[in-house]
Amino acid sequence: MSKSDYRNGQVNKKINTTKAILIAVSIIFILVMLVMPMIAVITYALQNGIEAYLKAVKDQYTIKALQLTVIATVSAVVINTIFGLFAAWTVTKFEFRGKQLLTTLIDIPFAISPVIAGLIFILTFGRIGWAYDFLQANDIKIVFAVPGIILATIFVTFPFVSREIIPVLNAQGKDEEEAAALMGANGFKIFTKITLPHIKWALLYGVVLCTARAMGEFGAVSVLSGHLRGKTNTLPLHVEILYNEFKLTDAFAVSSILVILAVIILIIRNIIEHKAKKAGEC
Amino acid sequence: MLMYVQLKNINKAFGNFKASNDVSFGIEKGKLIGLLGPSGSGKTTILRMIAGLEYPDSGDIYIDGVRVNDVPPSKRGIGFVFQNYALFRYMNVFDNVAFGLNVQKKNKKEIKERVLELIKLVGLEGLENRYPSQLSGGQRQRVAFARAIAPNPQLLLLDEPFAAIDAKVRHELRSWLKDMINKLGVTSIFVTHDQDEAIEVADEIIITNHGTIEQKGSPLEIYKNPSTPFVAQFIGESTVIEDYHKLKGFDQLHNIKKAVIRPEFINITKINEIKQYMSAAEEGVIEKISFRGSYLEVKVNVKGIILTVTRSLEDKIVKVGERVNVLIYRLYVFDDKNAYLLENPALEDNNSVFI
Repeated sequence: MSKSDYRNGQVNKKINTTKAILIAVSIIFILVMLVMPMIAVITYALQNGIEAYLKAVKDQYTIKALQLTVIATVSAVVINTIFGLFAAWTVTKFEFRGKQLLTTLIDIPFAISPVIAGLIFILTFGRIGWAYDFLQANDIKIVFAVPGIILATIFVTFPFVSREIIPVLNAQGKDEEEAAALMGANGFKIFTKITLPHIKWALLYGVVLCTARAMGEFGAVSVLSGHLRGKTNTLPLHVEILYNEFKLTDAFAVSSILVILAVIILIIRNIIEHKAKKAGEC
Repeated sequence: MLMYVQLKNINKAFGNFKASNDVSFGIEKGKLIGLLGPSGSGKTTILRMIAGLEYPDSGDIYIDGVRVNDVPPSKRGIGFVFQNYALFRYMNVFDNVAFGLNVQKKNKKEIKERVLELIKLVGLEGLENRYPSQLSGGQRQRVAFARAIAPNPQLLLLDEPFAAIDAKVRHELRSWLKDMINKLGVTSIFVTHDQDEAIEVADEIIITNHGTIEQKGSPLEIYKNPSTPFVAQFIGESTVIEDYHKLKGFDQLHNIKKAVIRPEFINITKINEIKQYMSAAEEGVIEKISFRGSYLEVKVNVKGIILTVTRSLEDKIVKVGERVNVLIYRLYVFDDKNAYLLENPALEDNNSVFI
């Protein structure tokens, strides 16, 4: 073995060691932080047998909570998708004053703690809020009611869709749209024929992330809900109540619903990512 | 003469940057025009304003006698080929070319006939179902061209049509595009920063610099009679010389300090090789020789002035450090505003030597 071969061998060995350490650290971290707790949730949920598990899951309050979670999630996703498309389109296709400010404002929910978001709505629509008299006069209930929960969920998740689309639209530039406009295509045609096919995967990805976040939202919703069982309880809130009542098995059983939903979303996410990569290659 | 496209006193600024400064020119119907200038000279802005993709701050744009300032881009009857083609990447070649016709709601059969005819015209038969990402640069340009002319535009605008194509294919495409436009007879304007391209393709060249029009004329006119200092320096392989009066035969003109010289204005010969014009010849020393493929580029020092000369490979071999005779036929002198051609007076009595 010549000297340089020997040195190359040393370098290779070093690289291999680094690789092994990094992989080991990542795997151990994920095992300890994510996989173990998930296994714990499932084991606890099934601790008293499948009968007890099904009873907890089929409980009418659990079903009500699940329904509310689905309603809040669907509303948030639909509204944020529409808003996200508009915002992303505005920010990437037009030049105007305060564009930078708008982009920053979109990110506010990422920066503000959800509890504070909840308090903002209490201060706006609650008994001491400035909109209270108007709401009272028109018999509209927001705080401690379903609209409040939907509002809080929307607030917390609204950057997800636009954040995913903006980079894609930026990378695409304006040329294709301009070309289509020059040939006389109207805005709707340009959007459906040129822009939408391009952002399809990013949009879906944003929707998936938005769904995941909306389902798990706790802080903002907790402040606004008032914890009225069967009325304003979402799944995460229901889990907390059960837990505080020392009904551990029930709490974990209900949690497992959320875990299963999360796993389904992760699978969808992976499929989308895979397809998007494929679309990007051709 | 009635102009098909006319710009009158166009001004356009982006923030503090003046992209067009009182731009006025006219283009005759059926002509192929090259807008030539360095990057940032405002040529693309002019093209985009004609198309309606940008709006002038002041001034008027006329197409076919109609003021189009307030006419939306889609109603101006323009075909536009973008620099990077801007092909619709999620549509195949057929749908790309058909897009403009679909928007016009022509009937399906008519569209199909026209699209297939165009695809045949640009030589892409059999590739109708390919997507833009599956085509080469040259093929994409042909698709972009077909797409632009599909709705039968009266005016075709091309933004740097050859910039994204490799050198070999570019040559081929230049003559292809020129033939194609001549065949269709559509008035066309293309933007380029490459003078060879402009000279080879255009019927007429408009030279832009710092948002203004420097000169407009046929390629030959521009090449032979640059009318401004910028054009004199920009066109050809020009070397600026500060003290031209040192050279034999060129006395200093009043107020004029600078001159431009091109390789084709100079001839070098080995000492004692020429008999004619010995009195007009300078002596110089060869400083550098670079091989350029089909010719040699020689740098020769004459009285401290470095001149660039081209030399055929067939000529007698010269070496670095060798003393040679240098004949200068002419140069362009210029002041702040104008450029003038100055022939070497020592050669005037006998003009038989020409390159």
